[in-house]
Amino acid sequence: MKDSLGSVQSLLVLGGSSDIAVATARKLAQDTTKRIILAARPSERLDAAVTLLRSHGADVRTVDFDALDFSSHEKVLAPLFEEGDIDVVLLAFGVLGEQARDERDPLAAAQVVQTNYVGAVTSSLVCAEALRKQGHGSLVVLSSVAAERARKANFIYGSSKAGLDAFAQGLGDSLEGTGVHVMVVRPSFVETKMTTGRPKAPMSTTAEAVADGIVEGLRRNAEMIWVPAQVRFAMSAVRHLPRPVFRKVAEKQG
Amino acid sequence: MDTESLTGREPQGRRSPATRERLSGWGRTSPSVAEVLRPRGREEIAEAVATAGPRGIVARGLGRSYGDPAQNGGGRVLDLTGMNRILAVDLDSGQVVVEPGVSLHQLMQALLPFGYFVPVTPGTRYVTVGGAIACDIHGKSHHADGSFAQHVVSMDLLLADGGVRTLTPESEPELFWATAGGMGLTGVVLQATLRMLPVETSRILVETKRVADLDEAMARMTETDADHRFSVASLDNLATGPSLGRGWVESGNFATLADLPPKQRENPLAFNPKPVASMPDLFPSGLLNRRTIRLMNLANYRRAPQNSHTHVASIGGFFHPLDAIHDWNRVYGAAGFLQYQFVVPFDAASTLRRIVERVAVQRAPSFVTVLKRFGPASPGHLSFPTEGWTLTYDFPTGTPGLSGLLRWMDGKVLEAGGRLYLAKDSRMSAADLEAMYPRLEAFRKVRAAADPQGVFVSDQSRRLSL
Repeated sequence: MKDSLGSVQSLLVLGGSSDIAVATARKLAQDTTKRIILAARPSERLDAAVTLLRSHGADVRTVDFDALDFSSHEKVLAPLFEEGDIDVVLLAFGVLGEQARDERDPLAAAQVVQTNYVGAVTSSLVCAEALRKQGHGSLVVLSSVAAERARKANFIYGSSKAGLDAFAQGLGDSLEGTGVHVMVVRPSFVETKMTTGRPKAPMSTTAEAVADGIVEGLRRNAEMIWVPAQVRFAMSAVRHLPRPVFRKVAEKQG
Repeated sequence: MDTESLTGREPQGRRSPATRERLSGWGRTSPSVAEVLRPRGREEIAEAVATAGPRGIVARGLGRSYGDPAQNGGGRVLDLTGMNRILAVDLDSGQVVVEPGVSLHQLMQALLPFGYFVPVTPGTRYVTVGGAIACDIHGKSHHADGSFAQHVVSMDLLLADGGVRTLTPESEPELFWATAGGMGLTGVVLQATLRMLPVETSRILVETKRVADLDEAMARMTETDADHRFSVASLDNLATGPSLGRGWVESGNFATLADLPPKQRENPLAFNPKPVASMPDLFPSGLLNRRTIRLMNLANYRRAPQNSHTHVASIGGFFHPLDAIHDWNRVYGAAGFLQYQFVVPFDAASTLRRIVERVAVQRAPSFVTVLKRFGPASPGHLSFPTEGWTLTYDFPTGTPGLSGLLRWMDGKVLEAGGRLYLAKDSRMSAADLEAMYPRLEAFRKVRAAADPQGVFVSDQSRRLSL
């Protein structure tokens, strides 16, 4: 149960080794979150995350979770809620893909979409149902500004996030009155392991800043947050640009 | 008086259907959704308990606890406000038998005309007897009268297995004193017999005096408590420096007939408080903030008489000023507020001072800041009052730095051998609770025996691993 000041006691992270996931879990662990479950594929990064979070006094465990193994989601995730209430589920997995390659390799493109959209749909439906049964809790879904308007350079990734974004907003509306809160997070270009070596976009942000936004958004039960906050207004303008103008602007960003 | 309000009606007709509702405490924070049932008889309660699912069940009264003890996300909540019959009154002994949903307001209305007042009243009349027992509540009379459960002669408790036990402090002290202050986790109180307080009038003779600082407030209370049944100090919590802890002390006793002005003597037991207003639900969060609360605190302080002044107050005016405004908690807006109440032993006055200082320096605004001396503790395992100074703050949840400040206060209170009040709690940690309540283990043992499956649970019991 989140307390009266919005502090979280227990956290489940799907995609527990991503930079944003680890930064968020660390901030929560420094506050009051003492029970953390990291669901991800085993990796050294995951082990490092466990060590880090334990050093902040959290009771951490991991669960082998594969976003692409849709049929396993129910079996892997549902029992986690039986062990005790989970206040926040953070859906943080996702892949950026390789736009140019993915355009030439439809199966690689499908992999991006299946991870970012299909895997997110199945796993968040499982978690949403479990949260509904406990009558409280937050589901935090990592979307992207690319969901608002995808560019030539990222439309496979962008369209998968657009699908997820629309799905998460609808899910939030359908959970109205159940005590469950869905928060969609739209960061701008995040400098993480996923984006190393890529050209920076204007108004880019960091995993730390996104984590701060998430923690703050959880306190006030925000339904949608943008990181940085002002990107909301920039994207609102971008969304209305005529196509030829938008293409030119997007071209400049590469 | 009309007999119906004394005896009530037998429940008839079809039961009201269960609904799914979003419930929160009086502070309007941390809501959760549960299946709410409104039973009107023992059988319906027993059935609801017997068929409670894996998320369990907890009873709820008028929802005046500040945090989450009377809510149960994903499970069942028994709204017992419909079980509000006064079953029997013995005017010679002053004992009443009531259902759990009877409110203190109702008891005052019914019994003041006969010269009886409730044994203990908190800052609101709108609490139920069931809730008063579950929280073992206290009031301005604690130093003289103790806590609510000390005036409970007996109670019928429905246990998880469906059995009903009649508990008295003599026959079943363990279960009685686990239920008193037990936050509804031992079972459902089906009925209680209370010892009422005989009074000559329905007025309080109140002495009010402004105090320039914390020392004077404490000295004045220590001095006046011996010959006053009621006492309380209200502080301007934002005053600092030499004015730290300034405020006013009120000390009172029930007025005798001779104390009343001639006009009031005609109807010495009159009691008809009227709500003056109802608070609409349109206040923005943050209306009560440092600036506005500073002004109100200052105005209240200035209004208090410099020299001791005695006046005759009504029950509502003295005990329950905020009850005059229906739904006053809405003034904090949707973000809500929390109440922080702690007690530290008398020899830890320096801790009290440090806390008052830190809160003032950090400019955490509190609209209601109340200091009081507690008398000896009741035998309740989880009863809050223990001998010492108790201080209560109301903080808007949006106050900057509040979380860190309160955690610092938790530490100081714990260090001094003090504790926090579960009926007000909405954010303490399970570890601090363990350390503050040495009889938690004893409570858990009784509870485990009475409810081995853990049928009675609440959001608070889950949050604190009670």
